[in-house]
Amino acid sequence: MPDMKDEDIRIGVFICHCGSNIAGYLDMEELSEYAEKLPHVTFVQRNLYSCSEAGISEIKKGIMEHDLNRVIVASCTPRTHEPLFRSSCAEAGLNPYLFEMVNIRDQCSWVHMKEREDGTDKAKDQIRMGVAKAALLEPQEPIMSDVQIRALVIGGGISGMTAALSLANRGYEVVLVEKEKNLGGMLNQIYKLAPTMTDASALAEEKIRAVTGHPNITLFTGSKVNAAQGFIGKYQIDIETESGIKKIDFGVILIATGASVYTPEGLYGYDGQRIITQLEMERLLKKGLDQGIKNIVMIQCVGSRNEDRPYCSRICCQTAVKNAMLIKNQIPEAKISILYRDMQMYGVENEELFRDSKAKGIRYINYDSVQPPEVESDKVRVYHALLGREMLLPADLVVLSTPLIAHEDAVEISQLLRISIDENGFFLEGHVKLRPLDFATDGIFLCGSAHYPANIREAVAQGLGAASRASIPLSQGSVVVEPIISVLANEDACIACGLCVALCPYGALEIQKTEKGEKVHVIDVACKGCGCCAAACPQKALDITHFRDRQIFAVIEAGGAEAQ
Amino acid sequence: MLDVGRHPNIELLAYSEVEKVEGQAVDFKVTVRRKARYVEEDKCTGCGACAEKCPTAVPDAFNEGLGTRKAIYNYFAQGIPSTHTIDADYCRQLNGKKCGICEKTCQADAINFDQEDRIIQLDVGAIIVAAGYDVFDPSLIPEYRYKEISNVVTAIEFERFLSASGPTGGHLDRPSDRAVQAEIAGLEKRVNKSQRALEKFEKKYEEGSGEFYKKYEAGQYKDDEDYKKWADKYAGHPAIVETLSTLKRKVETFTVAKRLAFIQCVGSRDFRFYPFCSGYCCMHSIKEAIIANEHEPETQSTIFGMDIRAVGKGFEEYKVRGGNKSGISYMRGRVAEITEGPDNNPVVTYENTHERKVESQEFDMVILATACAPTKGIFELAKILGIELNKYNFVKTSPQSPVDSTVPGIFVCGCAGSPMDVPESVAQASSAAERAAEMVFQSQSEKEKAVA
Repeated sequence: MPDMKDEDIRIGVFICHCGSNIAGYLDMEELSEYAEKLPHVTFVQRNLYSCSEAGISEIKKGIMEHDLNRVIVASCTPRTHEPLFRSSCAEAGLNPYLFEMVNIRDQCSWVHMKEREDGTDKAKDQIRMGVAKAALLEPQEPIMSDVQIRALVIGGGISGMTAALSLANRGYEVVLVEKEKNLGGMLNQIYKLAPTMTDASALAEEKIRAVTGHPNITLFTGSKVNAAQGFIGKYQIDIETESGIKKIDFGVILIATGASVYTPEGLYGYDGQRIITQLEMERLLKKGLDQGIKNIVMIQCVGSRNEDRPYCSRICCQTAVKNAMLIKNQIPEAKISILYRDMQMYGVENEELFRDSKAKGIRYINYDSVQPPEVESDKVRVYHALLGREMLLPADLVVLSTPLIAHEDAVEISQLLRISIDENGFFLEGHVKLRPLDFATDGIFLCGSAHYPANIREAVAQGLGAASRASIPLSQGSVVVEPIISVLANEDACIACGLCVALCPYGALEIQKTEKGEKVHVIDVACKGCGCCAAACPQKALDITHFRDRQIFAVIEAGGAEAQ
Repeated sequence: MLDVGRHPNIELLAYSEVEKVEGQAVDFKVTVRRKARYVEEDKCTGCGACAEKCPTAVPDAFNEGLGTRKAIYNYFAQGIPSTHTIDADYCRQLNGKKCGICEKTCQADAINFDQEDRIIQLDVGAIIVAAGYDVFDPSLIPEYRYKEISNVVTAIEFERFLSASGPTGGHLDRPSDRAVQAEIAGLEKRVNKSQRALEKFEKKYEEGSGEFYKKYEAGQYKDDEDYKKWADKYAGHPAIVETLSTLKRKVETFTVAKRLAFIQCVGSRDFRFYPFCSGYCCMHSIKEAIIANEHEPETQSTIFGMDIRAVGKGFEEYKVRGGNKSGISYMRGRVAEITEGPDNNPVVTYENTHERKVESQEFDMVILATACAPTKGIFELAKILGIELNKYNFVKTSPQSPVDSTVPGIFVCGCAGSPMDVPESVAQASSAAERAAEMVFQSQSEKEKAVA
């Protein structure tokens, strides 16, 4: 309502006692007398509990009887109560964004329990600032956008297949894109899976059968995504398939592109013959080991937990222990030593496997990273950090445990979809703890080793979890976004410099051609209203609704004004 | 929590327990006991005025018993729902004494001393078990002397010490020092009481206590009960004052704990208790050591562990950074014993496995990284649900179906299934929700097919 005349603005201020939480420490009568004198304030009321049924009906009654067009509640905290008061305004016919909350409990009475006078003065300041903002509030309508009920899963390993199957089982149409000719990913190269020693290819085959036979899954192998645009609910994707480009729309995208195994060129004399990686060991085990192999040495942390690759790849210890056990099954008299820094056998199942392996006679030798083992022609020289002496271990075969590294395609995919990768090249989740399967960008989800090295249990769980996250917009059929977003308030000022586009963490801005030349365009459903763009815009062309510059300036000015 | 409390599709039944489950996947009938709070959920606004006025202090379970709360309470400040609850074990009114202060204080008229447990029935398609875990009780390990040495605490207790909303307001005051402070507070009360008693006698007999005592000792007063009391009070008074001032002088030398020892694998990777690795404890010790160092930059921490298992995304980097920037050193080895040295300082004896030496070191405080123990209630719950537990008493699952229990339609996530950290728990919660949705959807479409 920018064109609303000043004299038409009618603000109602409801001051909450919160039992005695506020009224016990501040002078409520003084506050309400003060509020009555503020500009545009036409109605002031005090409530015992504004949030109680009685309090809410008083607010609604106030709006209707006094023809209020702005409402302020001065009370506890917006953290818990803003949604309630907003919806109460809406029920009384007032646009919910014409509501403003003033926090005089958490930010005032609770911190000034022993300063009644000063606390009351501060609450007056807060109410005066709230009134200044309220006078400039504008009604907003929630932004709605339809969701294309179709999911794209990129990557056909165990995690991607699990996610695709789960979504398909729930009745959603799924397109699964796999770069290789065959599904299965890393499973195809693995012999058996810890801790149950399940056959990896049997599990892969079972999942592949289910995927290929599923009526809701369209499969493109030997294919890749080569162009993408759009936002949650409306992603337009070009898939380069063996039979040409397919243009398909999707509501959501799941990234399950996995990881690669690091090849330790130049480390410990790696030659792929006598000195091999754990992945090559899997192949040998699959074929059946040469019975002449009697002495095997495994070295952990080859190419990880160092300056180049500071991270721990999480699953290499379990892989080594598992393979050592499998070697023992094929050659019971084999002598196996595992040279380690820390044995990362976290959890219930891994630790159990670790214990069992010791019972089978597998030897563990602790080495220090500053004094790494040396591989010689037929033996390995290692300083045993716990015995305090050097040991010479005969070695027919040396197996190097190398980390999983980010997939080479990760960078390209991150650029295509405008999603982030971390310093190690793995995809970066929305929040380390609270949103492990989401991206900051809405509508795109993450599972398996594309996120971080994962074992079979973790990859399956994450596949299911990402499917669950992705199913939320699919099941709702539309997305509703809170209308506190960036807007191009001054189109003429925009010089299309692109700074905001580069800074936006959510991919919500793009440069478009308009009649006035190139201008920035806000994709409103993708915008989170963080304000990065508006703060950075050198032309002051962008503004955030509900937190416009002039609203904030009015609050600051009111804050600096003396209480009368 | 806030999102759960506010979501239109979630009916939150806090302070309730499942009593019976009948039926099968897609069609479970669940009996739930909603325990009496003695507070009407729809009236209570969570303002907390009742708890402020309640006269009964109770050990605060949320602060690991380190502080107190009232008999009417909200489990913790941000708890959802914010509905308060009366602790029937401690409430004066509910135990037949005269009180009812909360009822008079509550302006929302929410207190109801006559409330009873209610039994409700739910029809649900799927069940997700997210019953969590218990913290291992380290007093079962005699050589660590938890509870005997006051400055040996568990990691979860230490969390409360580090927290701004905890019993020490985020300062690392040692429990032994806090005990002295508590003793001082008690003595101050006694001194004041004794002072008031003496003043009362002085007023009654219009004579100074010193004067009186001299004469009393000289036998100038006849043997009277009242005089005897006065004399005893006067004679005992200097001793209390003296003890108080000694303690006060002692307190002046107190500083916050700056030398910390973190002991890993307390109850886990231990054949006497839990042979498994709890997975998350290495990281919480590193985190606590880093936060302690942020609070007080002089803090030096030693983490004693067999392997430091920093295996999650960014964890190894965090561990190394902790060593470089937050005064943490990592000592490979298992701690053999904790004894008490001078000034209530715990002394840790361990094998330095890299030097092959048995060493002892004195610390201000020792923090025990306790195992993730299966929750006590899981046995009863497993029986009610008919699901199997594994040999360690976590809900049984398989690596290929990580959130499926042994009963179709019943799923598990988080530490009820296996020890895990926050990101993994959050991811698994989505996984379990997905399996539940998948199962319910498939059964519906099968039904539709059957009808068609």
